[in-house]
Amino acid sequence: MYKILQKRELAPNIWMMEIEAPRVARSARPGQFVIVRASENGERIPLTISDYDAERGTVSIVIQTIGVSTRKLCTLNEGELLPDFVGPLGRPSEFIHDDPATLCSRKILFVAGGVGTAPVYPQVKWLHEHGVQADVIVGAKNKEMLIMQEQMKAVAGNLYVATDDGSAGFKGMVPDLIKELIDHQGKQYDLVVAIGPMIMMKFVAATTKAYGIRTIVSLNTLMVDGTGMCGACRVTVGGKTVFTCVDGPEFDGHQVDFDEAMRRQGMYRTLEQRAIKIAEERAAGHVCKIGLDK
Amino acid sequence: MANKIGRVPVREQDPKVRATNFEEVCYGYNEQEARLEASRCLHCRKPRCVEQCPVSVKIPLFIAEVAEGDFARAAAIIAEDSSLPSICGRVCPQENQCEGACILGIKGEPVAIGKLERFVGDWSIRNGNQSVEKAPSNGHKVAIIGSGPSGLACASDLAKMGYQVKIFEALHKAGGVLEYGIPEFRLPKAAIVAKEVENVRRLGVEIETDTVVGRTVTIDSLMDDEGYEAVFVGSGAGLPRFMGIPGENLNGVVSANEFLTRANLMKAYDDEYDTPIYVGSKVVVVGGGNVAMDAVRTAKRLGAEAVIVYRRSETELPARAEEGHHAKEEGIEFRMLTNPVEVLGDEKGWVRGIRCIKMELGEPDESGRRSPVEVKGSEFDMECDVVIMALGTSPNPLIATTTPGLETTRRGCIVANDEGQTTREGVFAGGDAVTGAATVILAMGAGRKAAQAIDEYIKSKQA
Ligand SMILES: Cc1cc2nc3c(=O)[nH]c(=O)nc-3n(C[C@H](O)[C@H](O)[C@H](O)COP(=O)(O)OP(=O)(O)OC[C@H]3O[C@@H](n4cnc5c(N)ncnc54)[C@H](O)[C@@H]3O)c2cc1C
Ligand code: SF4
Ligand code: FES
Repeated sequence: MYKILQKRELAPNIWMMEIEAPRVARSARPGQFVIVRASENGERIPLTISDYDAERGTVSIVIQTIGVSTRKLCTLNEGELLPDFVGPLGRPSEFIHDDPATLCSRKILFVAGGVGTAPVYPQVKWLHEHGVQADVIVGAKNKEMLIMQEQMKAVAGNLYVATDDGSAGFKGMVPDLIKELIDHQGKQYDLVVAIGPMIMMKFVAATTKAYGIRTIVSLNTLMVDGTGMCGACRVTVGGKTVFTCVDGPEFDGHQVDFDEAMRRQGMYRTLEQRAIKIAEERAAGHVCKIGLDK
Repeated sequence: MANKIGRVPVREQDPKVRATNFEEVCYGYNEQEARLEASRCLHCRKPRCVEQCPVSVKIPLFIAEVAEGDFARAAAIIAEDSSLPSICGRVCPQENQCEGACILGIKGEPVAIGKLERFVGDWSIRNGNQSVEKAPSNGHKVAIIGSGPSGLACASDLAKMGYQVKIFEALHKAGGVLEYGIPEFRLPKAAIVAKEVENVRRLGVEIETDTVVGRTVTIDSLMDDEGYEAVFVGSGAGLPRFMGIPGENLNGVVSANEFLTRANLMKAYDDEYDTPIYVGSKVVVVGGGNVAMDAVRTAKRLGAEAVIVYRRSETELPARAEEGHHAKEEGIEFRMLTNPVEVLGDEKGWVRGIRCIKMELGEPDESGRRSPVEVKGSEFDMECDVVIMALGTSPNPLIATTTPGLETTRRGCIVANDEGQTTREGVFAGGDAVTGAATVILAMGAGRKAAQAIDEYIKSKQA
């Protein structure tokens, strides 16, 4: 059992939880993720790690309530226990293997979309601790949906903000801001790391390809076990099928088949909608029979 | 008397009814039936059954006690060689092992050794296992990776010798394939698997779930930082194989491991559980082993029309005979000598069918089985909306790649000798992780052998 030490709402429907998980905290590296179960009959939910502290034995996660399982998870409160919290899973970000000299000469731009800000933070923080000031773009729908700005500011080189409606920072999509920085502000990057919704990563990758900048993306596919046992997480990278949970989650964005990945991500969407409906109707006091005839 | 009666039939759920539920297919023998069946055994002086049992259970001896009605004695005799009789009685391929060799099988039907073993195992679960004497602690710590049959067997033998044993399991539940792979209707989880796991715990073995060795901890950290003197790797062969044909990443194509894990471990067939499972209306399962049978019968129970596609002929089906037979009774369609060449998709990227080619049997290959060859121009399409790949599995590379000095074969299997000793000092391995996908009984046997070797290793270090 894993205790919830802290819980905070960062933005509408986006929560941060700090969990007591000493083993995970000790082994976690930037780029890795965890799998969480909120209850004994709950799903195994893959979530990125947004911070970790080996000494205190804690790991933080950020959750956007989009389905039945994430909603259930966020009904739990400080002091309550999670039955399962497994990790760290996946491979760490490749730059942690760089020798210090190479690392220091790197010009890295992170592009975070929405809750993707959370997994970007430990990477930028790790680089900061190793003497590298990386630039960060955070994109969100509007000002209200921006998260972790103060923390990010403390570890980033330049922090740029883009919102769809212009309520904070640059008005427009993150690929346009990337172009703006490179074309008009004289910025140069040799590595872009993009983490956010698949569609955003797809467009960022398309943008950086034109500039020939190596681009890493972190895929949030469907998962069951997270240890390479089921293949639910398989994606095509460079024409080859790989498993996101053990071969990733970070891949060369210019090699990823995003259209296939997005299609596969939606495989259980209709079932999920049905489940939400059942949950809502149950809460309202009667049992929904739609689609239960089979 | 023995030869005068035929094999005592075992009671089973009606095929039509059971094809719609997840309760166990076979009810097993009651006391009268078991004693009657046991009375058929000839107590051969050179029992052929024992020779063919991978762990040499003293079959005629335990059967004699069943015939006498002394089930506790029977259980004690089996326990000398096997630690999981309720499970092996249910899942061993008896027709290729003990029962396949039984002398009575030459002219008639062999003694129902599996059903008798299961009866004895279930009897002792119901009547409380008596073998829980814990040896006094000898102060030595051993780590076990994986809680499948090999890990459980190794752990319980070591615990009985006085070792302080901890099992590290990646998933949230202990049992390995017994829990996530083999379905409820063949191996009840709460009534049997959980009980066997509980017995191991009662010996003082700790089980730490949610711990992925190679990620959460490593073999090195267990030995260097946590004081484990030896490690047993029983991590199984969990990595699913795909065919590498076009269309395999369409929505609706899943591995049998994924399908069965959703159904068994995550209980997706029960509306009280949150994990979804997609069955569509017609499911094609590719493969002919136990895994394929389990997947196709699960799909049927979830309401789909379910078909097996297998590239060899029926005589080569590697599944237990009973499973093939049960599947047919339940209305599963078998398409033999058929091999998929492409999964067909609709414009939205969902499966709409599968293109297969007919096969015929050619020359025997090195395994002695006649290998199937394609019949030119015989391609045909079959409609379906789900394709489940049950083509076999290989060991997960996670442990080997994170443990310096631990050698593997080209097929990814951990190199170990008969006693389980690997190329790394203090590290032992057994079960599917060493052999590739095999059987519960072999995994259990390997775990017990390794326990002996670990005991000798630790003692030799002290000397
Ligand atoms: C669907 C299905 C049906 C089968 N039917 C039969 C049958 O009828 N009869 C029969 O004899 N055999 C059958 N088998 C085969 C049999 O189940 C296996 O041979 C047997 O379970 C192997 O035991 P094991 O202990 O080696 O590994 P497993 O049972 O595979 O257990 C390995 C355990 O290790 C854990 N693990 C893996 N990696 C790590 C890690 N890095 N860290 C921590 N834990 C880890 C896994 O999560 C798992 O729990 C079947 C297999 C399947 C999949
Ligand atoms: S071979 Fe058959 S008859 Fe002979 S001892 Fe074994 S079970 Fe009994
Ligand atoms: S989540 Fe099962 S293999 Fe990746």
